Amino acid sequence: MSEEKHHVVPYRVYVIILLALIALTFSSIEITRIELGAYTVAGALIFACIKSYLVLTYFMHLKYDKKYIVAMVVFVFALFLVVIIITFLDYLFR
Amino acid sequence: MEQNAHTEHTHYDAEASKIGMWLFIFTELLLFGGLFIVYSVYRFMNPEAFHLAAHELNRTIGAINTILLLVSSMTIAMSTSTLQLKKKGATIGLLTVTIIIGIVFLVNKYFEWGVKFEHGIWPGSEHLLKDFSQGEILFFGLYFVMTGLHALHIIIGLVFILFALVRIQKGTINENRAALLENAGLYWHLVDLIWIFLFPLFYLIT
Repeated sequence: MSEEKHHVVPYRVYVIILLALIALTFSSIEITRIELGAYTVAGALIFACIKSYLVLTYFMHLKYDKKYIVAMVVFVFALFLVVIIITFLDYLFR
Repeated sequence: MEQNAHTEHTHYDAEASKIGMWLFIFTELLLFGGLFIVYSVYRFMNPEAFHLAAHELNRTIGAINTILLLVSSMTIAMSTSTLQLKKKGATIGLLTVTIIIGIVFLVNKYFEWGVKFEHGIWPGSEHLLKDFSQGEILFFGLYFVMTGLHALHIIIGLVFILFALVRIQKGTINENRAALLENAGLYWHLVDLIWIFLFPLFYLIT
């Protein structure tokens, strides 16, 4: 049973990740204030992706989990990406 | 037979619980993923209307709610550490803070939606159908459905955390049987994860 217990994540890690997430939130608000036209959404989405990476890796413990769980999560996100790409191929080239 | 019944009763498999929770989270991700695809297609077809309609949303409240969810995500993540370190009081304290922040989020949402209703904007309202373009109607439709579905997930998450909190108090969740708390945490992080994408897509595209 004890081998199943993953190691205890120090509080410090959580605090650092929280501060990084808050900093990224403010950065994404600032970057959308700048007039970048079509790139505004892309900028905001890149920040959102970095934030979700941090949440998945540290808060959701993927960093400390077995690798096959990470592989499953990556697979689902890849599947979602493929569906988006196919949908937009349809809309762009119909 | 008797032995079977006994082992069934005390059966505990943290890893299987975790996989089960992740599988459920995948279905949730694809549920919201589908809505995100609908959003991006309509946005692609009505870019101006989406920009215009997003001005109606309050960026400050959106930002405050984002910070609230991030902080609550940290407190519940920390509670899994305190549980492992056998600090029952701290675990219960952190979970209480998480629940309070979740309720504050919902109160903010209540006022935010209230302002929209005061302005005569709700799905199918006369003002919305008469005075807004097709694209703006789509934007507000998606706004209410997606933030509403997200708020429903917050409520479910709060019940889940409360359930875990009671079990910790009773001692049936402890450092040797932590799976239920870990799963409540995973669910709460999922809710946070979805909001991370909802916030820029609805509030930051003006």
